[in-house]
Amino acid sequence: MAVTEDPLALTTGDAAIVERPLGVLTRPQGGNGWRDWLSTVDHKKIGIMYGVAAMFFFIVGGIEALLIRVQLAAPNGSVLSADIYNQVFTMHGVTMIFLFIMPLAAAFANYLIPLQIGARDVAFPRLNALSFWVWIGGAIFLNSSWIVGGGGADCGWFCYSPNSGLAFSPSHGVDFYAIGLLITGIASLVSSANLIVTVLNMRAPGMTLFRMPVLTWMLLVTQFLLLFALPVITVALFLLLFDRLFGAQFFNPEMGADPLLWQHLFWIFGHPEVYIIILPSFGIISEIIPTFSRKPIFGYSFMVFSGIAIGFMGWGVWAHHMFVSGIGPLSVWAFSMSTMFIAVPTGVKILNWLATMWGGKLRFTTAMLFAVGTVAMFTIGGLSGVTHALAPADTQQTDTYYIIAHFHYVIFGGGVLGLMGGMYFWWPKVFGHMLNETWGKLHFWTMLIGFNLTFGPMHILGLQGMSRRIDTYSPGFGFEFWNLVASIGSFVIALSVIFFFFNVWKSRRDAPNLPAPGPDPWDARSLEWMIPSPTPEHNFDEIPVIESDDEWWHRKYGYDENHNVVRVATVEEVAQDGSATGVHLPAPSFWPLVLAAGLPLIGYGLIFNLWLCVLGGLLTGLGMYAWALEPVDDPDADHDHGHDDHHDDDDDDTEGAEAEMADVSAGDEEA
Amino acid sequence: MATATDAAVDTADHGHDDHGTSTGISNTKLAMWGFLGSECLLFGGLISTYLLYKTRRGPGPENTVIPTDVFDIPFTSVSSFVLLMSSLTMVLALSAITRGDHPATRAWLLTTAMLGGIFIGGQVYEFTSFIREGVGYTHNPASSAFYTLTGFHGVHVSLGIVMLMSLFVASKQGKLRQEHSETVEIVGLYWHFVDVVWIFIFTVIYLIPVD
Amino acid sequence: MAETTLVEEQAHDHPSDWAYVKIALLLAAITAVEVLTYFESAITVFENNSVTIASLMVMMVVKFYMVAMYFMHLKHDNPLFTRLFAGGLALAVAVYVIALSAFEFWA
Ligand code: HEM
Ligand SMILES: [Cu+2]
Repeated sequence: MAVTEDPLALTTGDAAIVERPLGVLTRPQGGNGWRDWLSTVDHKKIGIMYGVAAMFFFIVGGIEALLIRVQLAAPNGSVLSADIYNQVFTMHGVTMIFLFIMPLAAAFANYLIPLQIGARDVAFPRLNALSFWVWIGGAIFLNSSWIVGGGGADCGWFCYSPNSGLAFSPSHGVDFYAIGLLITGIASLVSSANLIVTVLNMRAPGMTLFRMPVLTWMLLVTQFLLLFALPVITVALFLLLFDRLFGAQFFNPEMGADPLLWQHLFWIFGHPEVYIIILPSFGIISEIIPTFSRKPIFGYSFMVFSGIAIGFMGWGVWAHHMFVSGIGPLSVWAFSMSTMFIAVPTGVKILNWLATMWGGKLRFTTAMLFAVGTVAMFTIGGLSGVTHALAPADTQQTDTYYIIAHFHYVIFGGGVLGLMGGMYFWWPKVFGHMLNETWGKLHFWTMLIGFNLTFGPMHILGLQGMSRRIDTYSPGFGFEFWNLVASIGSFVIALSVIFFFFNVWKSRRDAPNLPAPGPDPWDARSLEWMIPSPTPEHNFDEIPVIESDDEWWHRKYGYDENHNVVRVATVEEVAQDGSATGVHLPAPSFWPLVLAAGLPLIGYGLIFNLWLCVLGGLLTGLGMYAWALEPVDDPDADHDHGHDDHHDDDDDDTEGAEAEMADVSAGDEEA
Repeated sequence: MATATDAAVDTADHGHDDHGTSTGISNTKLAMWGFLGSECLLFGGLISTYLLYKTRRGPGPENTVIPTDVFDIPFTSVSSFVLLMSSLTMVLALSAITRGDHPATRAWLLTTAMLGGIFIGGQVYEFTSFIREGVGYTHNPASSAFYTLTGFHGVHVSLGIVMLMSLFVASKQGKLRQEHSETVEIVGLYWHFVDVVWIFIFTVIYLIPVD
Repeated sequence: MAETTLVEEQAHDHPSDWAYVKIALLLAAITAVEVLTYFESAITVFENNSVTIASLMVMMVVKFYMVAMYFMHLKHDNPLFTRLFAGGLALAVAVYVIALSAFEFWA
């Protein structure tokens, strides 16, 4: 809706009139106090906030996980009641997927996409801030059901009906689930449109699509998956919500409805979602492995195309989650086939990573260890995935701990380990100092061992017949030993996470006494390493002109007459020093935050009192109009105006990198 | 592809801010098209839900009436026609502002919004008369799905009206200049999309006979 | 090919107002025929259900296409827009047709 007025804001003539549309919040200026974080539109600060919030929810979800494992450590566990147990595992899953992995991936996407394509910011900086604030509002809303909603949702993360109906889930937990995910969905939708436009439109000169780093490619595919998958779960959540709040009849079989509708809608979203979770990690390790193998990625185009292929094929396999729900033999056959095929592009990726390492000069830094760990653990998860692509086998496996083992190997082993590797890799770029390698390696090994201790035994438990989502089990089924092992393993993982946080603290404390990492501590390959660490506010002094893939590496290395790689320049010679001044950057704004704050209020209103909806709606509407009337550029700010980069020769490029003026609120209609 | 479009960067001059982008097309417009692509999956889900449920009656006498029993095709035809014609007026508004003809722009914007308003009025009338004829929202899956689908569409139209009126006011205040024609175009894209969805709904939900 | 797109882009040659009116008239005419199918007795072919459904679908697609191509300018605009939109549309049709098939909807 902001679309209607925004370009008006550009008219410098009446800037004085429109600048403080409502006379309330004065225009924030740059800086580093808390106000600057609340009003920032800088993709780097937003990325950091995503990361911090995601790690917070990692702890929340982790505590929930530990509660589950304590309960199941021995037969007849009595730590949690059956009811609480249901809430804890549901909230664990929802938190880990929607409030940890997805935002952590968003942190990388926000921080790195503009740097990797040579841009000054994303296409719509204020919308980017909006996405973050909307997301965190939804996240807080979702978790507030513990306090004000009579407990968390208790229907499992996929919340099948009829369990999700009022009859079986009378507390407000499921309402919080539905509204919370709708809100975080709006955030992700806006952000996906924003990042797609960024990648397509904000690339540096010469940065053709097939010169982009694999990470940027995988993030781009992820954004497309989000763009098209989120509306599907949006429909499902609305139907569920209307059933519960307004007595609609979407999932009530007594009234002639079909609960399978939910399953279809959920998994049409749900399977693309698993690729939304894994592809960023694939992208990350595709940057780490070549760097520490000192070789270009093997089969760049295969890497990219297999990612795209996964993006397409991921839409045609959803009913493999429904093999036993009575979808009929033809559907089972078709989805079983398509599921087996999707393993092919995944396999291509694994082979390419191995081929990249093959014959390389491997350096096993912590980041590299995590990347290699990712490949290994993901392969195990992929293989167990293929075993349940076979419908007859899956009939035995489904709803058992075998499935839990599978998806933790792919999501934790494939996803989380990769993201952790990314932290070690880009930490110096973001914070200007390295993470300690000794503690990092300790972190890696405890995490790897803890992970396998926890989830490896679950394969066995599942095949022995232990169901998932049972709050306890009786002695004598042979479940005792492996459950105990798994519970011990979960505490080893917890220990590894503590090591990580300790490392963060210690590295920061030690940083002043250590040499600065410089722009390129790992001798890496992509553009973000040609600028200082931490990244200066304006990213690039001068937008680089791109001549090849792995541009940065090619600026450092060339070939001699025997085709041997030789160093042609030192980092100091070719890196930028971050000294540019007067670079034109988008001005900060409070309105995204105001707009976002209205949405949870609307949510509470739907559940408790419609007047709150009015209040929330007003706040959101106010945010939109004030936003639309606020100029993108602050006329008072003390930088020179216009395309006045101090480098005259790259005038054209900086225009492209300037924040685009018109912020269209792509997600408003959903609000 | 990239090279062909990269070449366009230097030459294309649209009078708005797209000359600096890698593809030579405007960020906002690209975002809007992406959003509309996404909306296809939203409406697709709602339409499929209705199609699946369109003949599902609930048990008990008060739950048996479904929307198709009470459709008033002549009435809906008229309101569909109104919405269709609002697409014409929308595109005329865009054409007017690219010419710099501001009074005409305002006239067409207002007409478009009013046609949209008539459509919404028709929908309110339709809902109330259906409810009078015994099709309650909670009565059966068919009615829940019908009201949800058409209601979502109605909310989209209403948001469109708000946007059109905002443009109208901005134009009155002299802030919607000729160089802002892209804003009108983008609101127009949204408006036409909502129309196109209704073209689909009108045929598939209203006209195709159920037996 | 690049040539023509460039020229088209620069010229910005959207149809004239009169062309828009003609398109709208055509849309109106199609709508009239659509509505006629409802009054089966008006035209005898529409007594047959499958003929009716087939022709309704065709008319709908034509209307949809015309609005998208001319009113939304896809025909004269950058092909990227068409791809993006058609991608979402095709995906929607594909997944939902498959989902409805799984419910044996067409049987
Ligand atoms: C080689 C590729 C893969 C194949 C063949 C595969 C196959 C399957 C199948 C058939 C199921 C359903 C099992 C059942 O519920 O009975 C399943 C479940 C699951 N998969 Fe995969 N999968 C693959 C990769 C992935 C990836 C990459 C992820 C996530 C990053 C993932 C996450 C999940 C999740 C979360 C579930 C369980 C959902 C639940 O029931 O709660 N899978 N997988
Ligand atoms: Cu799946």
